[in-house]
Amino acid sequence: MISEANVEAAVETASTPRHIALVRITHWIVVLSVLGLLITGTGILVSHPRLYWGETGGVGTPSLIDLPIPFIIGPSVWNRPFHFFFAWVLVLTGLTYMVGSFITQHFRKDLLPAKADLRWNRIIAVVSEHLRWRRPEADAVSTYNVVQRLTYLAVVFGLFPAILWTGLAMSFGVTSVFPILATALGGHQSARTVHFTCVVLLLLFVIVHILMLCLAGFWRSVRTMITG
Amino acid sequence: MTKFLKRRQFITAGLATAASASGLGTAVYFADRYGLIPPDHTGIVGIGETLTYATQRLLTSGHSLAREFKRSDISKVPIVNGPHPADEKYLALLAEGFENWRLSIEGLVARPVSFSLEELRRLPAENHITLHACEQGWSYIAEWTGVRLATVLDLAGVRPKSRYVVFEPFANPNQSRTVVRALWESIDMADALHPQTLLAYGMNGEALPADHGAPARLRLGRHLGWKNTKYLSRIVITDRRDLYRKGGGTWYGGI
Repeated sequence: MISEANVEAAVETASTPRHIALVRITHWIVVLSVLGLLITGTGILVSHPRLYWGETGGVGTPSLIDLPIPFIIGPSVWNRPFHFFFAWVLVLTGLTYMVGSFITQHFRKDLLPAKADLRWNRIIAVVSEHLRWRRPEADAVSTYNVVQRLTYLAVVFGLFPAILWTGLAMSFGVTSVFPILATALGGHQSARTVHFTCVVLLLLFVIVHILMLCLAGFWRSVRTMITG
Repeated sequence: MTKFLKRRQFITAGLATAASASGLGTAVYFADRYGLIPPDHTGIVGIGETLTYATQRLLTSGHSLAREFKRSDISKVPIVNGPHPADEKYLALLAEGFENWRLSIEGLVARPVSFSLEELRRLPAENHITLHACEQGWSYIAEWTGVRLATVLDLAGVRPKSRYVVFEPFANPNQSRTVVRALWESIDMADALHPQTLLAYGMNGEALPADHGAPARLRLGRHLGWKNTKYLSRIVITDRRDLYRKGGGTWYGGI
């Protein structure tokens, strides 16, 4: 059954882009820089794949997490400079996205959930629908559902700032000016551990994100993120 | 109408490009003048290195101090990162307790001087309990005793055009000149004159152990472990940008 509202929605979807240019451009730069950060970050991590809590830690002291990979000394030295290059790309792109999103009201229009949607039964309904691998209704595709909105907000305002904070908290130059960045977390090693944990959460997000693209139609989703 | 708009857009774009280019040029000129450009500013890695160095130098202007800790925070196991050099000259000095060791201060100074370990110990000493972290990931807290590098540089009389201080450690035997040069480390004057920058000869209340850099090592409050040169044999003050370790990492290190 085709209702009038559906037709209107379809017409609107066809004429206005699904994603504004700001979102499309920054999205792909973020994808590339996060990929670079993951590769170089792994290069740094393998030189000491143990994680600690507090200020100090090393071989011979108790650890929090022992990753089941061998110690490979060396790559961290030349991976770190590239890690910083990609970090700058990500930070500058993130800033552009933040400022641009406030100006274009992207956060308010596309990411802030409607009050009516912020109910547990709505959220559970969306999640269970997706868990049963049910393709969303055509009109639902033209806008983000409540779970998408909450997740994107958590990634933009929670995960990325946390990764940036914990990265900066490991810098002696930065903590000499803002010691609280390290002390609030319990110390230098805690910052390193939280940095790693946040990256694992980000990876989980990316995996679910890609799975959901497959559900909605992978290439179609990718195309709309490129051409609008 | 469209044609007119297009021409206007074209002129606007042109003006914006010209303004950005001259803005960038001016920015680079002032950045270099105020010491915000690191020696290794070229290439892809150089972009990140320059942004990090300039940002941190602007943030840390005015000698911001690295965090210091309580005696009770001192780590029971100060991690050793590789053994001391096996160089004949170094081993002989180690055997006699560095009695004949002398640290020379050369280069752009008014009075080239050298210090014995005893002479360094007679200069005003300072103790700092700071965190020592390796770029690999491990870290420990230790108390370092030594003389401020600023005090020593003052005695030598650093010339105004000096930009970097180069630290040369004892090498291992049969190392080629390139490998030896690769061990050189350099810091800018902001770090050299920083109140937590020490020529440390003591660690946790005792003489600096051989594996931690005896007879004296550089201790920087605001840097990772690898910038803290161990087994010092010579210090050179220079305005040359190219005298530093080139082992795949960057000069400032970003951290």
